[in-house]
Amino acid sequence: MALEKITEVTGRGVSVNGDDIDTDRIIPARFMKCVTFDGLGEYVFHDVRRNEDGTDRTHPLNEARFAGASLLISGNNFGCGSSREHAPQAIYRAGFRAVIAEGFAEIFFGNSIQLGMPCVTAEGKDLDVLRAVVNAEPEVLITIDVVKKEIRFRDRRIPCEIREGARNALLNGKWDPLQDLLSHAEEVEAVAANLPYMAGR
Amino acid sequence: MGKSLFEKVWDAHAVCELPNGQTQLLIGTHLIHEVTSPQAFGMLAEKGIPVRHPERTFATVDHIVPTNEMQEPYSDPLAQAMIEELRRNCDEHGIRFFDTTTGMQGIVHIVGPEQGITQPGTTIACGDSHTSTHGAFGAIAFGIGTSQVRDVLATQTMALNKLKVRRINVDGQLSPGVYAKDVILHIIRTLGVNGGTGFAYEYGGEVFDSFSMEERMTVCNMSIEGGARAGYVNPDETTFAYLKDRPYAPKGRDWEAAVARWRSFASDADCLYDDVVTIRAEEIAPTVTWGINPGQGVFIDQTIPRVEDGKTVSERAGIDEALQHMQFEGGEPIRGTRINVAFLGSCTNGRLSDLKEVATYLKGRTVHPKVQAICVPGSQAVARIAEELGLDTVFREAGFEWRGAGCSMCLAMNPDKLVGDQICASSSNRNFKGRQGSVTGRTLLMSPLMVAAAAVTGEVSDAREVFGILEPAGV
Repeated sequence: MALEKITEVTGRGVSVNGDDIDTDRIIPARFMKCVTFDGLGEYVFHDVRRNEDGTDRTHPLNEARFAGASLLISGNNFGCGSSREHAPQAIYRAGFRAVIAEGFAEIFFGNSIQLGMPCVTAEGKDLDVLRAVVNAEPEVLITIDVVKKEIRFRDRRIPCEIREGARNALLNGKWDPLQDLLSHAEEVEAVAANLPYMAGR
Repeated sequence: MGKSLFEKVWDAHAVCELPNGQTQLLIGTHLIHEVTSPQAFGMLAEKGIPVRHPERTFATVDHIVPTNEMQEPYSDPLAQAMIEELRRNCDEHGIRFFDTTTGMQGIVHIVGPEQGITQPGTTIACGDSHTSTHGAFGAIAFGIGTSQVRDVLATQTMALNKLKVRRINVDGQLSPGVYAKDVILHIIRTLGVNGGTGFAYEYGGEVFDSFSMEERMTVCNMSIEGGARAGYVNPDETTFAYLKDRPYAPKGRDWEAAVARWRSFASDADCLYDDVVTIRAEEIAPTVTWGINPGQGVFIDQTIPRVEDGKTVSERAGIDEALQHMQFEGGEPIRGTRINVAFLGSCTNGRLSDLKEVATYLKGRTVHPKVQAICVPGSQAVARIAEELGLDTVFREAGFEWRGAGCSMCLAMNPDKLVGDQICASSSNRNFKGRQGSVTGRTLLMSPLMVAAAAVTGEVSDAREVFGILEPAGV
């Protein structure tokens, strides 16, 4: 089955501020005691959103005015730490369809693209403008244009970047590579035949 | 022009370029565990795809296993369900599983090397970011997400972008009481927690030449904490000596051929790196983290930074957030910080040499009455050898709890957790907020011997003073 070609994502935004937001923050390890990803969305950013007695803490994701936001905005090195796909899965399952940040950790970025969730970077000063608009007018629609590499909101446009391979994968509906990988079985075995350790030698 | 080990291994495993511009890379060795594999097996079952090379896939259980409760069913039904799911998946697909009853179970990054599965010139993937550990052998080892675990199970390959290579030389000689853990904490502090994004780190220089395999593993393990998805050391005689006669190492005539092949993967002297960084070993002192990421560290005789010490707005915000979580005052010395828990273990520092080094100095000393100290061997094999050597007795007599093998309090997916805002002196790899199982818990990363020193004195201390480790004469 062909995958969707992801050329742009439009939605309302919410900003979770800070640099180096790690995957333990996004989904604490205790919620990984599961054998499926179902239901992870409920626990996204759990420990900064809830008190230990289960009541809400002050957090943008708890604010009614940001309910239904589908674009997550954050700082540099977003998603650092563990390789747990539970992190982008939790974000995706909480309703987000793209992340805009100043920078991404490598593994998080790859995991997100493979889910068809674009991760684009923008300059800090541009992100400050975007955050200010989102915080003042949460209903504003934001468009991430993967083709033109720009983010549009109101009458503004700010440039954004995404690694070319990932961009192509999104634009061509190739973000989940499994079918392509499966189609080269013979070539794979030819490479394996030159590697003695594959045969335990 | 010569090639780096990274390029040689990459070229030997590249299958083709994919339509999206990524490389399809053969993954020779796939390691799996209970947390990140079940969904991958589920995706395969959904699509009716078999495991392509079950004989190149190896499983262990580590994250969720209790370390003080060996009998199943475990008191945590979720943990029990996860181990059973892994058992079922391994049975169904014919995958070798180092189960708890085999005597070979342990943390995946400790089991691979000790079984001789981790070899030079190979590609390794595992659904765990600390897979970079295996780079200590001159392998290119990637931490991957669950969809990629699915890809590797289904095709023995995955789609990747080629990394750049940064050579990190550590020249000179480490002072006594300064360990591999201090080296990597110093590298991360120097280059930043995202300094390695897009890079593989090649570690070299005199310090790495003289390091044991276990020390090299400690450094490579934490590459990802510096943002580098892979880290490695070129294979040499130390590597080959470690691997000889390990269960999965080549035997007989295959051994000689393998060593020759492994040697050929080492970076050529004239290869060109994308970046080179050189650090003097003498500048490195025992290092302790004071904040909420592994780059927020200071030497034992330094003070905790003040907010105004941050060079950028973002750095100042980071210091502020860290000080608030840690309940520390900027400008205070790190030394003397009271601790509640001492954790010795993890894929960073849960190996035999770590336990041996600590036991050497711990003998005859006693854990501070207000400290709970636990020692968690990284694998059943580590535990067994340590017990044969009587190390467990040294730890027990000093007041440490001697536990079974697993990840334990490094990420607290088992019952070993901090309570409330306890402070833990920890030989593990991450000090993120909530990492050790309590939302308000606080983690101080340090070397195993520094953990022991904190355990004995009840506060962050200089292990060199506590255990009488002297500077060599003339320095």
